Amino acid sequence: MTAPLLADALGPRGRRRTLIASIVAGALLLAVLAVIVRRFQAEGELEGDKWSPLLDPGTLEFLGLGLLNTLKLAAAAMAMAVTAGAVLALGRLARSAPVRWGAGAVVEFFRGFPLLLLLLFAVFGLRSLGYDLPLFWSVAVALAIYNASVLAEIFRAGILSLDRGQSEAAQTVGLTYWQGMAYVILPQALRRMIPAIVSQLVTLLKDTSLAYFVQYTELLRRAQLAGNFDRNLLQVSIAVALVYIFVNFCLGRLARRLEVRQRRRLGAGAISVAGGPEDLVAADVDR
Amino acid sequence: MDLFLDGIRTTVSLTLYGWLGAFAIGLVIASFRVSPVPPLRWAGATYVELVRNCPLTVLFFLFWFGLPNAGVQFPRFPSAVIVLALYTGAFVAEAIRSGINTVATGQAEAARSLGLTFGQVLGQVVLPQALRSVVAPLGNVFIALIKNSSIAYTISIVELTGQAQTLAIRSAAAIPVFTGAAIAYLILTLPSGFAIGWLERRVAIKR
Repeated sequence: MTAPLLADALGPRGRRRTLIASIVAGALLLAVLAVIVRRFQAEGELEGDKWSPLLDPGTLEFLGLGLLNTLKLAAAAMAMAVTAGAVLALGRLARSAPVRWGAGAVVEFFRGFPLLLLLLFAVFGLRSLGYDLPLFWSVAVALAIYNASVLAEIFRAGILSLDRGQSEAAQTVGLTYWQGMAYVILPQALRRMIPAIVSQLVTLLKDTSLAYFVQYTELLRRAQLAGNFDRNLLQVSIAVALVYIFVNFCLGRLARRLEVRQRRRLGAGAISVAGGPEDLVAADVDR
Repeated sequence: MDLFLDGIRTTVSLTLYGWLGAFAIGLVIASFRVSPVPPLRWAGATYVELVRNCPLTVLFFLFWFGLPNAGVQFPRFPSAVIVLALYTGAFVAEAIRSGINTVATGQAEAARSLGLTFGQVLGQVVLPQALRSVVAPLGNVFIALIKNSSIAYTISIVELTGQAQTLAIRSAAAIPVFTGAAIAYLILTLPSGFAIGWLERRVAIKR
């Protein structure tokens, strides 16, 4: 929405005023940027030898492996989280009440406290109890459990968003509950949920940076090592932030593209996933 | 146990101060994003895109380990509050903006036809209605903030999660300690959830 909602079609005086305000605001923003650049310059943080290590093939390879580890972690965790999330969602919609309560309790419990706590428990807690999983897997499992409980809510919303007529029709033609799920409900529901799942992937990718705390050498931990070595922590951390922002920005764009495409295909009004897309987007607020 | 209470206190104060800052930032950025002045709109959009796509851990890292090299340094606790406020502010801004979009255009048009300026339209007509309609999304952001405050551990602020970690190592009783911490978080988040539900019903506009 480029046309600002609160001030449409300005007259000549309003336009002039907006122009003046734009120039003033632009100048102020540039001034802020200038102050930052000056600050960096004064402290010698813009000098070439602070930035050049970033282009050194050795450093690049080192950080590249970190990014690879981050992506591997995200992929493994996502695969497990989607599976577990689907099971939990089916559990929450099951006909048997104890199963419903059990799945509900699991989902609410794991969403209720920080992922970091779960991660520390998965790594240090389990180790102190004598279970020694490889670091990669304990981190991936912690990420997966947390995201499974978030995804379960997304799946549930997606399944509930389907018209009741669909499951009724499935029953009418003689399909059992599970056949109806597998052949009628899930194929449609999954298609609707894909954008929300992709945005959850952004959250998960951001969460992988928590592996930093348990000495797993993903992107951020490697950035710290490289920055300490080359004495350019500031430059390295800016670069790493930009890498995360770039990857996540692309994923976010992809999610939006999928959503728009779907809206076009299903027709307007057909996309509503339990009270509108905002509900699902709200899930990505939930870190 | 004392350590635990200490941790809870730190978590609560991080959350409350962080929320004050985040709300202020969110209001400003949201008004930027709907303002008629293009540079402000771009600035607001850029801020939200940058901050939302960057992991909180990386922001902490940048602020605490990176910026001192450029001569910007704050004490530990204020740093944590600033980073949490900057990060959460982007989410608050998005929630408020979605609220502004739900206020009927007629409201702004009516206000304008009375001769109110942009600031008056936004501050006295649109925002009061917008905020009421986004109590629930803002509540989700608040609860996320309670949980996110644990990441202040990056800069060695020992709040509830950090305290649990220390205790678990010291006492070698991982399960009770971590379960205790998890329950403590539930004690913080559940009442917040109820309070938000109450507030939402209280301020809801009957249409």
